[in-house]
Amino acid sequence: MKITLGPAGPSQSFARLVESLSGEDLSKCYQCGNCTGGCPVSFAMDIAPSQVIRMVQLGQEETVLRSNAIWRCVSCLQCYSRCPKCVDLSRIMESLRRLSLRRGHEPVTVYALPDEFIRRSPQMALVAGFRKLVP
Amino acid sequence: MARIGVFVCQCGNNIAAEVRTAEVAEKLKDVPGVVHAEDARFYCSNPGQEQIRKMIKEHNLDGLIVSACSPHMHEKTFRKAAETAGLNPFRVEIANIREHCSWVHHDPTKDLGTEKAGDIARMMVERVKRDRPLSKIKIPVTKRALVIGGGVAGIQAALDIADGGREVVLVEREPSIGGHMAQLSETFPTMDCSQCILTPKMVEAYQHPNIRLVTYAEVEKVDGYIGNFTVTIRKKAKSIVEENCTECGECIDKCPIKATSQFEMGMTKRKAMYIPFPQAVPGVPVIDRNACPKYVKDMSKCGLCAKVCGPQCIDFDQQDTFETVNVGAIVVATGYDVMPAENFPEFSGGKSKDVITGLHFERLASASGPTGGEIKRPSDGKVPETVVFIECSGSRDERRGVSYCSAICCMYSAKHAMLYKHKAHHGQAYIFYMDIRCGGKRYEEFHRRAVEQEGAIYLRGRVSRVYPRDGRLVVQGADTLVGSQVEIEADMVVLATAVVPRLGSKDLAQRLGIGYDQYGFYNEYHPKLKPVETVTGGIFLSGACIGPMDVPTAVAQGSAVAAKVLGLFSNDEMAREPIVAEVNRTTCNACWDCLVACPYKAIEREAIKNRQGEVLRYVARVNEGVCMGCGVCVAACHSKTIDLKGYSDAQVYAALAAV
Amino acid sequence: MKIPYYPGCTLSTVAQDFDRSARQSIRDLGVELEELSKWNCCGTSFPLTPENVIGLAGPGNVLIQAKKAGGTVSTLCSFCYNTLRRTNNTLKSDAGRRDVLASFLETDGLGDVKVLHLLEVLRDQVGFAEVKAKVVRPLKGLKVAAYYGCMLLRPADAAIDHPESPKIFEDFLTALGATPVDWPNRGECCGSHLAMSETDLVKRLSGSILSSAQACGADLLTTSCPLCWHNLVKSQEAILRDEGKETVLPVIYFTQILGLALGEGPEALGIADGVMGAGSVLKAKGLWPAAVPAGGKA
Repeated sequence: MKITLGPAGPSQSFARLVESLSGEDLSKCYQCGNCTGGCPVSFAMDIAPSQVIRMVQLGQEETVLRSNAIWRCVSCLQCYSRCPKCVDLSRIMESLRRLSLRRGHEPVTVYALPDEFIRRSPQMALVAGFRKLVP
Repeated sequence: MARIGVFVCQCGNNIAAEVRTAEVAEKLKDVPGVVHAEDARFYCSNPGQEQIRKMIKEHNLDGLIVSACSPHMHEKTFRKAAETAGLNPFRVEIANIREHCSWVHHDPTKDLGTEKAGDIARMMVERVKRDRPLSKIKIPVTKRALVIGGGVAGIQAALDIADGGREVVLVEREPSIGGHMAQLSETFPTMDCSQCILTPKMVEAYQHPNIRLVTYAEVEKVDGYIGNFTVTIRKKAKSIVEENCTECGECIDKCPIKATSQFEMGMTKRKAMYIPFPQAVPGVPVIDRNACPKYVKDMSKCGLCAKVCGPQCIDFDQQDTFETVNVGAIVVATGYDVMPAENFPEFSGGKSKDVITGLHFERLASASGPTGGEIKRPSDGKVPETVVFIECSGSRDERRGVSYCSAICCMYSAKHAMLYKHKAHHGQAYIFYMDIRCGGKRYEEFHRRAVEQEGAIYLRGRVSRVYPRDGRLVVQGADTLVGSQVEIEADMVVLATAVVPRLGSKDLAQRLGIGYDQYGFYNEYHPKLKPVETVTGGIFLSGACIGPMDVPTAVAQGSAVAAKVLGLFSNDEMAREPIVAEVNRTTCNACWDCLVACPYKAIEREAIKNRQGEVLRYVARVNEGVCMGCGVCVAACHSKTIDLKGYSDAQVYAALAAV
Repeated sequence: MKIPYYPGCTLSTVAQDFDRSARQSIRDLGVELEELSKWNCCGTSFPLTPENVIGLAGPGNVLIQAKKAGGTVSTLCSFCYNTLRRTNNTLKSDAGRRDVLASFLETDGLGDVKVLHLLEVLRDQVGFAEVKAKVVRPLKGLKVAAYYGCMLLRPADAAIDHPESPKIFEDFLTALGATPVDWPNRGECCGSHLAMSETDLVKRLSGSILSSAQACGADLLTTSCPLCWHNLVKSQEAILRDEGKETVLPVIYFTQILGLALGEGPEALGIADGVMGAGSVLKAKGLWPAAVPAGGKA
C-alpha cells in the first residue's frame, strides 16, 4: 500500500465532509489507540477503529467506505467513553455508514432476512438494524 | 515652562518602513514645551544613548520622550542613560511607535503610520510634563529565609542559602525531610541509589549551623512583604518533647500498635509511634494520633512508650504550638503528588492490589522497602512473571485526568522495566506508551537501553481496560503500529499516574498571595526569564510545585532560587521602582473599598491623631513595600483620593486630550 | 405514588413478561406505573449524526407526551431509556436542533423532561431500604450477575451511574437479599443490532459475557434490555448446540427477580421453569415456591 499526498493526492474535502456530518473535530485525535483497545468488535474489523480516523484524515475515502469496520461498529460507545480527547468515534462511524449508504452500498438485503429472525426477534433489533444498515 | 526633548527612533526599518520619523520629529517641535526633537537609526545603541545624553546637557532638558519600541524592551536603558546625564529617570517616557504602530499597521504611503506615531508621541509629551521626579523606594531586609517543603528542591535551596552565610528556617509537613525522593529506589539515568545520594544532603541540612529544621509543621499565616515577612508556623503535636529525645528508638520497639505506612504507600505497616523510614531526619519519632489507643480509645490505655522512655520525653497531652518567624524571603518547594490508582476503575485500580502506581513500584524495588527490594506483587507476594506498565495514566487525558504531560514517566517506566528485569530475570516487561519523551541529557540512550539490552517490549498505544481473571490481570489495549487490539495476561500492572500538585497547594498559595494554574501548580513570574520568581516580591518557587519535573531540574531550581535569595540579602536595604499608589489623606473618607480591592494587601488603616494623641479619624495608607502599582485601588476609589505615581489621572487625561 | 410509564414496542410484544413483572412488582411497593395515553416507537437508536434531526422526531414526540403527563417518564428498556434521555439532553443543550424539531412537531418547551429508568425510581424515589423492607422472600444464596450492557452506562451524561464503576444494579440485588457477583464484563456489548447481520459475531460477544459471569460464580444473569436478553439467550442456545457445553446461565429480567423477592409467583412473573429459564437454579436454591395459587401470591 502506498498513500500519495500533496497536489497529486486526495484533497481534504472528504475529511471536512466527515467532520461536518459527524460534528466531531478529527484533529483532536492523537492516535493513542484507546478506541481500538476497548472496542468489542475491533478484532473482527479489517481496519482498526483508530485507523479509520487516520485514513479519513489522509483522504482514503474508498478504503474506509468499503471497509467492514464501519458496519461492524455497534455504537456501544466504549470508544467515546474512554477517549482521552473526548472524540466521539461512534458519530464518525455513523457518518461513514450514512455516506456509504448514500452511495448505494447495501450491507444487508432486507428481503433476504430469515423469516425466523423477523418473526422471533424483538422488533427493536429490526428497528435498530434498519436504522444503521439500511438506507 | 517645560524643556522636553523628543527622540524618534527608526529602529532600522522596523519603524521607518511605516513612519516618516524625521517628519514626526519636525512636527513635535511645534508642541509647547518641546525644545528639541530629532530622529536616528538606533537610539538603543551606545552612540544613540550618547546622543541623548549630549542633547540633555546641550538643551538643558528636564523631560524626555523616546519614540521607539515597547517600554518592556528599553525603558530601563533610556532611563539609565538619562540618569547618568543628571535627569531624574522617572521623567523619561517611552512612546511605543513600534508594537503599537509600525508593526500592526500597513500603509504604503506611510501617511497613517506617521500620523499615529505623532499622536502617540504627543500624548507622551503631555504625560511627561506632569511627571514628578520620583526616587526609588528603600526597604529594609531581614536576612533570613523560610523554605517551605523539605524535599530535594527545598533541601538544596536551604543548603545553598545557608552556605551563603544566611539563616534558613526549613518547614516540613511530614515528621522527616526527604520528600518523594526518599521513596525512590534508583534514579535515572545513572541508576544511583536515591537514598544514598539524598541522605547525605538531609544530614547536612540537619547539622548545618545556619539551618533550623521545623518538621511535622505547616505554614499557618503569612504577613508582610518582600524583605519583611512575618510567618506563623503551626507545629503539630509530636507527643514527644523533642529537645529531650535521644532518638534511641526504644519507644518504637515497644509500641504494640500497627498502622498503615504512608511512606510505603500502604503496602506494609508501621508502629503508631514511628519515624517514616530508617534514615529519617530528624530521627525523633511522633505518635500517630489516629492509631494510638491513647487517642482513639481512652487515655488510660497502653502508655508502654512512656514507660520505656529513658529521658521521659513522651507527652500525651502535648498540643499544637505556634511559632512566629521574621524572614526576608520565602521559598516555596512543596512538591507534588501522584494521582492514586483508585482514580482508574477501568484499570481495576483500587480493586486489585496488584494494580499499583509508579511510587508503589519504587518502594517494591527499594532495598529498604516492604519486600526488601524484591519485586513481589502485593496481593500474594508472588514474583510476577509478566508486568505491564501503562504510561500516561491520567496524563494527556482530558476526560479522566489532566491535559499536560507529566514529564517524568517515560524515564521512570524505562527504569522500572530495567529494575524488574535485574531482579526477576525471567520476567517480561511490557510498556504501553503514546510517545517517548526523553529529552534530557543521556535520557534517550537510557530508554533505548531498556529496549535493546533489557528486552522491555514497548507497545505503541493506550490501554482501554484491565480486569481480573483467574488470579491474573487481563490488560486490553492496542498497538497502533500494527493496528490491532492487544491482550496481555499480567501478574502485576504499574500505572504511571499523572503528577499533580501537592494536596492543599491552592490553600497555601492563597495564604502566600501567589498565583496558581487551573491544576494548582504555582505560576512563575515568567516561564522563561523568571522561572523561580513569583509576581509577589520576595516569594520564590523551587521544584515540582511549579510543574512536573525530574530530580536534576528540581535540584537546579533549588540552587537557582538560593542565588536569588542571596542576591536579595546582599544589601541591608533593597531599592524598588516607585510606581506605587498614593493616598490623599485630606480627601480619603475611609470607605475601605481600596482595602477590599487590593490583591496584594498593600492598603493599611492609618490613624490621624491630634496633638494629644487622640485618634480623630482613619484614612487609607499604601504600604510602599507591598504595593505592586497595579492601579486596582485607583479604579475602586470613589472620591478620587488615590493616584498611581507616574500614572496619575491628571496625566492620563492630559495625554488623551492631546489627540 | 404514580409514575408515568413508557413501555416501548418490544415490551408490548415479545417481552411482555418484562412489562408484566414490572407492573406487578412495583405495585407491591405501592407505586403505580401509569402508561402514557399516547406513545410511539422511540426509534431505538439515538441518531448519532447531528444532521439527522428527523431521527429525533420519534423520541421527541414521546417526550412531548411525557411532558403532558407531568414532565417525568419512567421506562424499563435500556434502549428506550438511552434514546429518550439522550434526546432530551440534546434538545436541552442544542437550540438549533430544538427549534427545527419544535417547528416540525408544532410544539415548544422541548428538552425539560426527566427520563428515569425503573432502577433509578427504585433507588431514588422508593429507596432501596424500603424495597428491602418489603422483601418477603429474601434471595439468600442466589449469586446474580448484574449485566448493565451499553445503554445504561454510556455516554456518561445519559448514564444511570458512574460509567466505569456503577453500583446501582448491585445495590438493588443486595436489597433483595441476593449476592451480586463481582465480574468484569458487566458493561461490555452483547452485539446489539448485529443480531440482524452478523450472528456469529453476536454469539462471540454474548458468549464472552456469559462465560465471564459464569467464571465469577453467577447462578443467573439479569438484564434490563430485551435485545441483550435476546442475544444472550439465542447465543447461549447456539453455543449449547454447537459446542456441546452443559452449564447453563439463565438470563432473566431484573423485574422478575424483584417480583420473586416480593413474593410473586414465577408463573405470574413469566419466569420459565426448566434449565434455560431460571427454574432449575431457583429450585436448587430453595427459592422456587412449592405451589402457586392461580393469580395469587405464593
